[in-house]
Amino acid sequence: MTSAVDHHHGPATGMTRWLFTTNHKDIGSMYLIFSLLMFFIGGSMALIIRMELVEPGLQVVQPEFFNQMTTMHGLIMVFGAVMPAFVGLANWMVPLMIGAPDMALPRLNNFSFWLLPFAFFMLLSTLVMDGGAPDFGWTFYAPLSTTYAPPSVTFFIFAIHLAGVSSILGAINVIVTIMNMRAPSMSYMKMPLFVWTWLITAFLLVAVMPVLAGTVTMMLTDIHFGTSFFDAGGGGDPVLFQHLFWFFGHPEVYIMILPAFGIISQIVPTFSRKPLFGYASMVYATSSIALLSFTVWAHHMFTVGIPLVGELFFMYATMLISVPTGVKVFNWVATMFRGSMTFETPMLFAIAFIVLFTIGGFSGLMLAISPADFQYHDTYFVVAHFHYVLVPGAVFSIMAAAYYWMPKWTGNMYDEYLGKCHFWCSFVGLNLTFFPMHFVGLAGMPRRIPDYSIQFADFNLVSSLGGFLFGFSQLIFVLVVVKCVKGGKKAEAVVWEGAEGLEWQVPSPAPYHTFETPPEVK
Amino acid sequence: MKERSCSSAVLIILAALWSVSAQADWALNMTEGVTEVSRSIYSLHMQIFWICVVIAIAVFSVMFWSIIHHRKSVGAKAEQFHENTTVELIWTIVPVLILVAMAVPATTTLIEMYDTSDSDVDIQVTGYQWKWQYQYLGEDLSFFSNLSTNPDEINNKVEKNKNYLLEVDEPLVVPIGKKIRFLVTSNDVIHSWWVPAFAVKRDAIPGFINESWTRIDEVGTYRGQCAELCGKDHGFMPIVVQAVTDEDYALWLTEKKASIAAEVAAAARVWSLEELMVRGEQVYQKNCAACHQVGGQGISPMFPALKASAIATQAEQRDAHIKIVLEGRAGTAMQAYGAQLSAVELAAVITYERNAWGNDTGDIITPQSIQSMLKSK
Repeated sequence: MTSAVDHHHGPATGMTRWLFTTNHKDIGSMYLIFSLLMFFIGGSMALIIRMELVEPGLQVVQPEFFNQMTTMHGLIMVFGAVMPAFVGLANWMVPLMIGAPDMALPRLNNFSFWLLPFAFFMLLSTLVMDGGAPDFGWTFYAPLSTTYAPPSVTFFIFAIHLAGVSSILGAINVIVTIMNMRAPSMSYMKMPLFVWTWLITAFLLVAVMPVLAGTVTMMLTDIHFGTSFFDAGGGGDPVLFQHLFWFFGHPEVYIMILPAFGIISQIVPTFSRKPLFGYASMVYATSSIALLSFTVWAHHMFTVGIPLVGELFFMYATMLISVPTGVKVFNWVATMFRGSMTFETPMLFAIAFIVLFTIGGFSGLMLAISPADFQYHDTYFVVAHFHYVLVPGAVFSIMAAAYYWMPKWTGNMYDEYLGKCHFWCSFVGLNLTFFPMHFVGLAGMPRRIPDYSIQFADFNLVSSLGGFLFGFSQLIFVLVVVKCVKGGKKAEAVVWEGAEGLEWQVPSPAPYHTFETPPEVK
Repeated sequence: MKERSCSSAVLIILAALWSVSAQADWALNMTEGVTEVSRSIYSLHMQIFWICVVIAIAVFSVMFWSIIHHRKSVGAKAEQFHENTTVELIWTIVPVLILVAMAVPATTTLIEMYDTSDSDVDIQVTGYQWKWQYQYLGEDLSFFSNLSTNPDEINNKVEKNKNYLLEVDEPLVVPIGKKIRFLVTSNDVIHSWWVPAFAVKRDAIPGFINESWTRIDEVGTYRGQCAELCGKDHGFMPIVVQAVTDEDYALWLTEKKASIAAEVAAAARVWSLEELMVRGEQVYQKNCAACHQVGGQGISPMFPALKASAIATQAEQRDAHIKIVLEGRAGTAMQAYGAQLSAVELAAVITYERNAWGNDTGDIITPQSIQSMLKSK
C-alpha cells in the first residue's frame, strides 16, 4: 500500500516544498510570512507620510507622491497585510481546532496563496511606472480614479482582481472545511469561537468580494472601452461608485475585525483560566454584526447628499451595530471577572485590544450620529477612528495570535522578555501616533493632505514621533520570531496552563500531518 | 553615558515641541461655530462624547479591578460561571435605550439641516481642480477663489504667516443674519466644500447639485478647506468666507460688479507685449503652474510640458493652442478656461506661454482676437 506510506511522508525539500505544497501548515506559514513582509512595506509608506507631516510646509515629498503613499499604504495594509494574516491563521488553526487533517480543498489552497505575490508584485510595480502609482486614495472614488487617474490604474485594477480571487477561493475553502470536516460530535455550538468568527467572515467575503470585482471592472470599461458607468458627462453616476464601493467596503471592515473577535475570545479565557462568558451570545452577536454590516454602507456617505430618509435609516442602523459589539466587550470583561489571570504577551495584546478597540468603537458611535458626522467626515478624526479599530484592533489581535500559537507552530517558547518589550513599545507608540489625530481632526484638519496650516503643527509632530516608535518597534517582533524558529525552551503540548481545545492535544511543534483519525470531542 | 544620551534626546524632542508651540495652539475640540446648526451639532457631539466617557469608565473600572484583584499572583482562584441571562439582557437593553435617547435630538438636528427652503441669498459653489467658483444667483456675479499663499512659504524659503494655506485671493462675501443657500457642484472630480464654523460640509459632485444652507450670527472671517481628496493639490484649495453686515454686503456687491466691468472694458484697448507678459505671468502662476509647473516643464505624463513644446512654439499651432486654453481637453485635467478667465487674462496667459522660458515666438495674442474666437464658437 504505497498510499499508506505516502501518507506519512514529511515535507518535500527545497523550493518545491513551498511552491507545490498542499499542506495547510506550510500554506499557513507562507501566508503569515507574506503578510509580515507586506506589513513592513505598507508601514514604510506610513513612515514616509509621517515624515512629510512632521511640520508644515513641503519637505520630504511632493503632493503627487504623497497621494501615492497614502493610497498604497491603505491598499497594502488592507489587502496585503491584514487579510492574508487572518487567512494564514485560519489555515494553520482551523483544521487543528476542528480536528481535521487538512483544509478541504488543498490544491485550491495552494493556488489562492500563490496568486497573492503576483497581485502585490503588480501593484508595487506601479511605483516605478510613468505617472506613478495609484494616487486616488484606497477608496478610489471615481472620476478621480477613472477619467483623472494615472495610466497605472489598469494594473491596480488587475491587482485587485487577483487579490479578490485569492480571497474568494480562500473563503470557500474555509466554509467547506468547517462545514464538512469537523470531528464527529463537534456540533456547531461546540466550535471554538475563532472557527465560528471565521465561518461568518468567509460568508462575508464570498458575498462582497464579487461586488468589488464588478466595481473595478466597471472602472476598467469606463477607462478603456468607452462606457460611462461613473462619468456624469456620459449619463453615468459618480455616486453609484460610492454605493458599490461601500457595499463592499463596510462588510470588508468586519472581515478585518470578526476573526480578531475570535482570537480574543480564545486568548482571554485561557489566561483567565475560566470559560468564556456568554459563548452563545458571542455567536449570535457576531452573526448580527455580520448581517447588519450589509445595511449600513451609506454612513460613509453622509455628506454626498443622500435624501433625508436615507440619511436617517443609515444613522439608526449604524447606531444599532454598537449593541452586539458592546455585548462582546461586556462578555470579555465578564470572562476576566473572578478569573485567575496571568499576563503573558498574548494576554497583554488581548487586553490592549479590548481597551483600545473599545475606544475605536466609541469614536465609531460618534461618527454614526449623522449631523455630527458633517463635522467629522473626511477629517483626521476619521483617520484616528479607523486606525484605532485596525491597529490595536486587527493588528494587535494578529500579534496576540502569533504569540499565543507560536510555541505550537515552532515547538519552542518565544522570548517572553522581548515579547513584552514589543508589546509596550507598540502600545506607547500607537497611542502617541493615533490619539492626537482625534484632536487635530476635531479642530478641523482634513485627511489626505500633504501640508497643513500651522495650528495643527504640535499634534502632528507628536503623531510622527509616535509613528516612528511604533514602526521601529515592529522589528522587535521579527527578532522574536527568528529567535523562536531557531530554538529556545521546548514547548509542551499544552503550552498555556488554562488552554482548552483540540489544537493543544497535538504535540508541539505540531507534526506535519495531524488528526489523520478524528479526535474525541468532549 | 547611555542615560545621558537618552535624556538629551528627550530634551531635543521637548525643544522641538516648544519651537512649534510658539506659533501653534493645542486645540482639542470641535468649534462651536457661529450658526444655530453648528451649535446644535456641537452639543450633540458633546452629549455622545460624555455618554461614551461614562460607559468607558464603568466598563474599564470593572476590567481593571479584575486585573488587579483576580490575578493568579495574588492567589485568585478562578470561578467557573459562564453565563447569566439577567445580566446579558440588561447589557443588551440598556444600550438600546441610550441609543434611542441619542437618536431623537440627532434626528431633529438633521431635519433642520435638510430644510433649505425660503432662502434669502443663493450661491452656486463649483469645485475645480484646485479652486472654487462662486456664482451669486440673480446677481449676475461670478468669480473664482484661489489659494493665495506664497509658494516660498510652502517650500520653507520664508516664514509662514498665521493664515498659511487658509488664505485666498477672492473670498466669498455674504451677509449675516440671512438664510444663505449653497448649491454645490463640481466641474471635474469630487470635492467637498467645508467651513467648520458653519458646520456646512457638502460634497461637490460632477453632474449633481447638492444643497446646503447657513445663517451666520456674527461678522467675521471664517476659513475652511476642501474635504474630499481631489488630486494633487487637494491640500491647497482653501475656502475663506467673509460675513459682513447688510450695508457692507450691498456696498461690496456694487464694487465687485464695477471691477468686473472695468476688466471687460480693458479688452478694447491695445496691449503691448510687455504688459501682456507681466499680466500673463500672474495669471499663469494662479491657474496653470499647479500642473504645468512654474518653469513650464510639466509633470510627465499627466501634465504635458509647455516649454519648448510644439504647441506653444510653432506658428501653425497658434490657433490650436488658443483653442485648448479656451475649450479644455476632454478626459484630462485641462479645463475650459474660456468661461473662467477674462479676455485680457486669456490673451495675456497665452502670450506668456508663447514667449516665456525661451519659447520666444514673439507672438502677441490680443484680447480682441480672443473675444472674436469666443464669439465664433
